[in-house]
Amino acid sequence: MSESTNALAHQFDDLEQQARSNTLGMWAFLATEVLFFGGLFTAYVVYRHAFPEAFAVGSKHMDVVAGTVNTAVLIASSLMMALAVQSAQLGLRRPLIMFLLLTMTLGAVFLGIKAWEYHHKYVENLVPGVNFVWEGPLRNQVQMLFLLYFIMTGTHALHMVIGICLLTYLVLGARRGRFSREYFFPVEIIGLYWHFVDLVWIFLFPLLYLIGLHL
Amino acid sequence: MTVHITPRRTYYLVFAVLMILTATTTGVAFIDMGPFNVVVALFIASIKAVLVVLFFMHVLHVTNLTKVFVAAGIVWLAILIALTLNDYLTRGWDPISRPF
Repeated sequence: MSESTNALAHQFDDLEQQARSNTLGMWAFLATEVLFFGGLFTAYVVYRHAFPEAFAVGSKHMDVVAGTVNTAVLIASSLMMALAVQSAQLGLRRPLIMFLLLTMTLGAVFLGIKAWEYHHKYVENLVPGVNFVWEGPLRNQVQMLFLLYFIMTGTHALHMVIGICLLTYLVLGARRGRFSREYFFPVEIIGLYWHFVDLVWIFLFPLLYLIGLHL
Repeated sequence: MTVHITPRRTYYLVFAVLMILTATTTGVAFIDMGPFNVVVALFIASIKAVLVVLFFMHVLHVTNLTKVFVAAGIVWLAILIALTLNDYLTRGWDPISRPF
C-alpha cells in the first residue's frame, strides 16, 4: 500500500477533496473562535465606553514596550509557521522540523514576556480578585479594566499553550516521517490555528496597550 | 494533487510589512490625535489582519466555499458588536431607557 493511500481517509474520494474538507472544517472552527473572542472584545468596548476616565488612568499601567516586543515576537513566530507549512508542502522534512521548533521557541518567548508582565502587575497590586489595591478614585471601574485585561490576555495565552502542545505533536509526527508532499494537512490546519492566535493578538495589542496613551 | 505553494519571498515581504506596520502603530500612538488615535490603531490592526489572513492563512488560494466561511465569521462578529453597541450607545436618548 502506497503512502498516499494510507493518508486518505475512507470517506473521501481523493486527497484533494480531503484537503479541501479539512480546510473548510478548520475555518468553521475558527469562525466560532472569532465569536468567542468577539464576546470579550465587545465587553471591552462596552466598558471602555461606560468608564472612559477609569480606563484612561488604568491604561497608564500597561507596558507598551513589552506589548510591542511581544507583537513582533508573535508575528515572527507566524512567519516561521508559514515557512513550516511551506516546507511540509514541498516535502522537506528537516526544514519542517526546524521551522516548527522555531515557531514553538518564539511562542515560548511570548509567553515568557507575558508571564513577566503578569508578575509586574502582581507586584503593583493590580490583579483583580488576588491583590487589587487602588488608592485613587474610580477603584471598581479601574478594576474592571484589569479584569478584562487578564481575561483577554489570559484566554489568548491559553490558546498559545494549546498551540505549543499541537506543535509538539507535529514535531513528533514529522520526526517519524508522517508527513509528505501528499499528506501535510495536519501542518496546514494547525498552522491556521497558530495564525488565528496571532490575529487575536494583533487586535488585543492596540486596544489594551496603545489607545490608552491618549484618552 | 494541486496545491498552490507561496514562494518564500512573498512570506518575507508580508512579514516585513507587518513589522513596519507594528512600528508605525506604536509610534503613532505617542502622538495625541484625540479620538483619531483609536481609529488609526484599529485601521492599522485591520490591515495587518487582512495580510495575515490572505497570505499566511492562504485565503487567497482556498475554495470559494471556504471564503464564504471566512466571511461568515467576520459578518457575525460585526453583527455581535453592532447590535450590542446599538443598545449601549443609545441608552438615555429617550426618557424611558435608563443610562448605562
